[in-house]
Amino acid sequence: MTTRAAAGTQATGGAVRAAGTGAGAPVVLTDLSRHFGAVRALDGLTLEIAPGELVALLGPSGCGKTTALRILAGFEAADSGSVGVDGKDISRVPAAKRDMGMVFQSYSLFPNMTALDNVGFGLRMRKQRGSARSRRAGELLDMVGLTDQAKKYPHQMSGGQQQRVALARALAIEPRVLLLDEPLSALDAKVRLQLREQIRALQQRLGTTTLFVTHDQEEALSMADRVGVMRDGRLEQVAEPSQLYDQPATAFVAEFVGTMNRIPGELQGEDEVSALGTVVPVHGETASGLSGDVDVLVRPEGLELAVLTGGNGIVTHKTFLGSVTRVSVLLSGDVSVKVDQPSGVAAAMSPGTSVQVSLPAVPVLVAERR
Amino acid sequence: MAAVASAPAGAQAPTPAAGSPARWRSFPYWRWVILLLAGAYFLIPLYAALRFAGLKAFGDIFKQSGFFSAIGLSLRLGVITTIFTLVLMVPTTVYVHLRLPQIRRLMEGITILPIVIPPIVLIIGVLKVAPGFLLGTPYLLALVYVILAMPFAYRSLDAGLRSFDLKTMVEASNSLGAGWPATLWRVVLPNISTSILSATVLTVALVLGEFTMASLALYVTFPVWIVQFEQNSGPVSVAASLLALFVTWILLMLIVAIGGRSTRRRGGSQVALFTVTRQDFSQTVGEPE
Repeated sequence: MTTRAAAGTQATGGAVRAAGTGAGAPVVLTDLSRHFGAVRALDGLTLEIAPGELVALLGPSGCGKTTALRILAGFEAADSGSVGVDGKDISRVPAAKRDMGMVFQSYSLFPNMTALDNVGFGLRMRKQRGSARSRRAGELLDMVGLTDQAKKYPHQMSGGQQQRVALARALAIEPRVLLLDEPLSALDAKVRLQLREQIRALQQRLGTTTLFVTHDQEEALSMADRVGVMRDGRLEQVAEPSQLYDQPATAFVAEFVGTMNRIPGELQGEDEVSALGTVVPVHGETASGLSGDVDVLVRPEGLELAVLTGGNGIVTHKTFLGSVTRVSVLLSGDVSVKVDQPSGVAAAMSPGTSVQVSLPAVPVLVAERR
Repeated sequence: MAAVASAPAGAQAPTPAAGSPARWRSFPYWRWVILLLAGAYFLIPLYAALRFAGLKAFGDIFKQSGFFSAIGLSLRLGVITTIFTLVLMVPTTVYVHLRLPQIRRLMEGITILPIVIPPIVLIIGVLKVAPGFLLGTPYLLALVYVILAMPFAYRSLDAGLRSFDLKTMVEASNSLGAGWPATLWRVVLPNISTSILSATVLTVALVLGEFTMASLALYVTFPVWIVQFEQNSGPVSVAASLLALFVTWILLMLIVAIGGRSTRRRGGSQVALFTVTRQDFSQTVGEPE
């Protein structure tokens, strides 16, 4: 991660950043816990973010990801644990003195100010004088491509424009850490995609350490250097997107990220499992503590499929996804699996076709039988 | 009845879909009847009072002894009460909204008490416990009026604070480095300015019209003066009440006009005395002004 961060720092430069204090600061969250009544929102969360790195926290609602971000922002206090930025413990520093830019899920521009005044607000709080302030606010609006909206009030702008102004406002103070709290979830799909790329490009250019909270796995996987998957207030796994997808550490991560099939199988000793009539090796440590009946976890692209009269399954329906088609197959025992096939091949598999689904001889993940 | 007759004429207009003619047609006769009855109920006494007083009496008001000291006291009370009310209620309401939203119902209950408790009970209680140095000063009455104004002030401010996402605005402001004073001054207050105006007008209107307390506590405020003066000259006293009514009415119209203008200028919410309509931001997109 440090090499990536260094690259980010070099890419910084530019007129906008010239007067700045340099790239983002390292962030260390140590053993954070937080209860809301009987609900345990955070349960010993530890996370390190390298300077200039973008880490996404991903998880279902109520997993504690937003609480973690709000503790880093200073809007909530942890029951225990510490928040460190740049090597200093800032657990007791109020939010207003943390120098963190934040973009909120709901539209958060001040309705009584124009776009330019919104962006300049943080600078005004830092006692920057009028002309210098508007010049810099103008530069930031330019950076998010909204120079022509400078004099508009928030209600005169679209949702996407408002969130871009909010981003410019958060970056205007040259924050040491940028916090993004599901900033795209209120926007429609197309705008979301554009803004996703724009945020990532800016973040890399400025080298700002960023924590990004989302429940949208596509967003997390496409934007982040590393993704932390959270469940019940704990981090299940923190890894680069490809590693998260290919080598999930737990069954929860495996099923939360991407699409995952569950196929009944039986463990043969510690490191082999039989399913769909073949015996394949078990990946990693996932089988520890398990024995006998288990579920084998395989991605749609990890299964093999062939038309075969008297095969072990029947095609129930197909979803065309462009170059591949996702074929749903009903296996005996009322198990339904999804298999990705090149669309050309899948054309021959109309619903009702008898097919053979099989496991290639590569290591698979196993989980407790559900 | 002219208004009723004009309704079918509107319906015959060549472009009934063009806004107002269609609205005229959809406004049934019986609504006009109710409107006219209600209007008559309110306006006939006013007209009668005007007839009784005569226009000359309005000029005479200002020549009467005690008029200026009475109106002066009432205005002074209005200013003091408004300042106390806002200084007390604005931070309280903001705090309740941000940190103690669960006690909002309780607040509503407490603030309604001054309306439920008869004024005579309140003022006798106050006079019994009031410290000596306050007795006879306008501040004593102003403090009582702060309590009387509380239901109105709280409700207007509450409506204003509910009209925008207070929590997110405050957090955004904090994250940008603004402490509490700056957040309150630059972010919260500008967004509830209409509510503050409405709380002010309601408070002033209340102070200008309150009789029981002032009279029992032996203050000669404007309403007390009108009653005392009535024994000397009926017409002038009636003219004075009408004048008070018109001034209050103009104040109320003014707030609605100002509120409407600021709403049009920057979107946001529309606050009318007690009600608030929140604009759905997603719907305002793409229709500037």
